[in-house]
Amino acid sequence: MSRSDVLVDADWVEAHIGEPGVVIVEVDEDTSAYDKGHIPTAIKLDWKKDLQDPVRRDFVDKTGFEALLSERGISDDDTVVLYGGNNNWFAAYAYWYFRLYGHDKVLLLDGGRKKWELDSRELSTDVPRRPRTSYAAREQDASLRALRDEVIGAIGKRNLVDVRSPDEFTGRLLAPAHLPQEQAQRAGHIPTARNVPWSKAANEDGTFRSDDELRALYEGEAGLDFAKDTIAYCRIGERSAHTWFVLHELLGLPNVKNYDGSWTEYGSLVGVPIELGEAR
Amino acid sequence: MSEASAAGRDGCGAPAGGVSASAATDGQAVVEGRVSRGGAPVATGYARLLGTGDEFVAEVPLGDDGGFRFFAAPGSWTLRVLAPGGLRAERSVEADYGRVTKVNVAL
Repeated sequence: MSRSDVLVDADWVEAHIGEPGVVIVEVDEDTSAYDKGHIPTAIKLDWKKDLQDPVRRDFVDKTGFEALLSERGISDDDTVVLYGGNNNWFAAYAYWYFRLYGHDKVLLLDGGRKKWELDSRELSTDVPRRPRTSYAAREQDASLRALRDEVIGAIGKRNLVDVRSPDEFTGRLLAPAHLPQEQAQRAGHIPTARNVPWSKAANEDGTFRSDDELRALYEGEAGLDFAKDTIAYCRIGERSAHTWFVLHELLGLPNVKNYDGSWTEYGSLVGVPIELGEAR
Repeated sequence: MSEASAAGRDGCGAPAGGVSASAATDGQAVVEGRVSRGGAPVATGYARLLGTGDEFVAEVPLGDDGGFRFFAAPGSWTLRVLAPGGLRAERSVEADYGRVTKVNVAL
């Protein structure tokens, strides 16, 4: 797996708009941006309404994923190009999710919606209608997802990468600074986690830094042992999907999992260890 | 703005313009303002809140009125605005609990 297998730039996407077998998908938590204008021919996925289970805290199961993609007109052999706002957090989450359910031909647009907008590229309000398909997903690939007991067992043994901002890591804030801060759970981080904010992997325009810069960041600056398995987490699992993409897809590390329960789960568990302040 | 973003509890995303003031509670350290160019709102662009040494803290897309809003911790921050055409601007801001710091930026 190399960068060109998983990441495409805006020129590539512009050249492939309308090409049969290529489906462009905007993914976001707040899809009002899509409604105001999106990459021509793109369809939308709503991170919450489409990808999360409406009752349990979990994402939609295999049957739900198959129903969703069939209804949106995506086939098993389509090349799916994902992009979104928030520096591609939710698009990276969707990418991880497509991989979990075994969709091989999936790509992320480097820089996502932000880079597209800052480049003043064309946006459209036309909503395409794609004919229904019969999408068949594979069983969830458990090697990509960490659940809470595995995370607790990984303390002091594997690389734990907390990708939230330093203020969230140390316990100064409970949520990113664009959100109100009155949540009830405990603040802090999982003991032995290194803090490598997701933003350090991205340039100002939302594109990913070069492979050399990324290696220097995680292996050099943060001191991750690339010979060990790694679990990335954040608050709800989308920013850490961005880091999972960097470590697993761009840098090609073999055993990297995203802990999508993340701090909203861990910080509310009874009896688990929590550290405050800087990494020890 | 979506219900999830307005509630600000389940998701992490940054709605255009930032979470509405009605979703905020007293005691927050709010930094907010509007971005304009030639007197008109800049509706396509991004506001970034940066800490010491340009450390990224948060980012929101600008709202239709050019607006943005952050819920910061008390302290000194840098606000950076990016807009198409390579337009950018930077301001120093101070935030404190219970205060709304207003920063209007003309590009």
